Amino acid sequence: MTPIPLRPDLAAVAAAVPEGARVLDIGCGDGQLLAWLRDTKGVEGRGIELDAADVASAVGRGLAVVQGDADTDLADYPDAAFDLVILSNALQAMQRPAAVLAELVRIGRSAIVSFPNFGHWRVRLSLTLGGRMPVTRSLPVSWHETPNIHFCTIADFQALAAELGLTVEHATGLSAGRPIGLWPNLLADTGVFRLSR
Amino acid sequence: MDERFGLDRTITLAGDFALAGGGVLPQLTIAYETYGRLNANGSNAILVCHALTGDQYLASTHPRTGKPGWWTRLVGPGKPVDPEQWFIVCANVLGGCMGSTGPSSPDPRDGQPYAMRFPVITISDMVAAHVRLLDHLGIAQLHAVIGGSMGGMQALCLAANHPTRVRKVVAIATAARHSAQNIAFHEVGRQAIMADPKWQDGLYAPDAPPADGLAVARMAAHITYLSEAGLTEKFGRRLQNRDAVSFGFDADFQVESYLRHQGLSFVERFDANSYLYITRAMDYFDLAEPFGGNLARAFAGSPCRFALVSFTSDWLYPTAESRRIVRALNAAGAPVSFVELESPFGHDAFLLDAPEMNRVVHGFLAA
Repeated sequence: MTPIPLRPDLAAVAAAVPEGARVLDIGCGDGQLLAWLRDTKGVEGRGIELDAADVASAVGRGLAVVQGDADTDLADYPDAAFDLVILSNALQAMQRPAAVLAELVRIGRSAIVSFPNFGHWRVRLSLTLGGRMPVTRSLPVSWHETPNIHFCTIADFQALAAELGLTVEHATGLSAGRPIGLWPNLLADTGVFRLSR
Repeated sequence: MDERFGLDRTITLAGDFALAGGGVLPQLTIAYETYGRLNANGSNAILVCHALTGDQYLASTHPRTGKPGWWTRLVGPGKPVDPEQWFIVCANVLGGCMGSTGPSSPDPRDGQPYAMRFPVITISDMVAAHVRLLDHLGIAQLHAVIGGSMGGMQALCLAANHPTRVRKVVAIATAARHSAQNIAFHEVGRQAIMADPKWQDGLYAPDAPPADGLAVARMAAHITYLSEAGLTEKFGRRLQNRDAVSFGFDADFQVESYLRHQGLSFVERFDANSYLYITRAMDYFDLAEPFGGNLARAFAGSPCRFALVSFTSDWLYPTAESRRIVRALNAAGAPVSFVELESPFGHDAFLLDAPEMNRVVHGFLAA
């Protein structure tokens, strides 16, 4: 079976996953990333997803996925149950992002977190010049309909990680899926962090 | 053709069958059906476990009611559990009344029906009987066990008690224990049966059963299988074949007429003493009890994969009970999938059209 190519932001996450790791993907959707990791890296994957239809699709792919909510359900998992816990593009939708981050590094030896960077120049431009909440490629829904309730910039995330005493093993900024070397907090639309306790 | 396989099979296994409650049955008869073909290495067998009032007629016409099998929406050609691919087994539970040993069976020691001399049985005992049947059929390890409601309890219990006998477990609209409310409803049903003068301490003649008591038990139970919203949508306050209420105690309302019909048709096909014994087995069910209440320990080191499904309007075995099982399986490190599906039809949703459930079961079995 040829694995389906990954969305660029997921590809950046997937690249960091070691062969054969035990992985929990939180907000795994229909299981695209987990299926890719299983088929190409021999990963033993589990998933959590809110949407029932997505869970059904993921189970149909042979994945072990539980319908649930990261804000409440991570407490069910034992310490260090996974080599790696992935939270891709979902931190901003959490009720309690700091508590979720603490759970990620408790149940996983390390965690990969990706999130839309609210410090991106388009966002800044939209607010500064347009005076409006941004609607961009990575944030396509208007403010009153978005499930995203806790936006942050890459710099904000770094500050929170430091405050929680988390180790940042690796940090990347992405623009349209490509790594940004210079001024990521301004030029990257997505931040990808690898954290541990 | 192997005589062990096919429709309407019965096997009597000689030798003592010891029960969890300490009783012993001198022999064990199991009535069952199989569909499809067991492959050469015996790896394609699926056991489907029935609910409280179900039976072995999973996907074939019921001999008494003439109705199609009880789970033909899930099992059959072109369905998620397809006899083209799988060897499917369904057995009447121990304590049942469709051919397996139960209170209406003759006690081999005197030829008279056991009636209330039948020992109280448990879900574990039902599962042990299934395992005896698997031995008889030459199935060392099931590809999967599937069950809804009490069938789901058997599926979970099989995984907990006999973890090497099954690879995948599908438990739908079920729980790992009976709640106080579950027990309470069952007690209403049992008291209705035992209050019927025809019950005669269980010694009623086959042609004079406590039909009124059993019908009331069924009516009460049937309400728990539906939902308030479902009943409102189906019946509302609509009247039955009349324009105004009668100011009497006829079945004025459609919902009354419906329940009476459910009660009456049930007594045609079910034995009152079986109802007592099987409801008791469900009430005693608590998978965590032997483990000091720690459900995760019931599944510790389990090599099985699990899939659980619940329905939003099921208040008999609500989603919280499935989540409790999911938590325990996560804590035990067992691979588990779980989904709560939208349905207005209450507990019965698992027996109705449920395309998402079918998708989950199909994918889970295939993967």
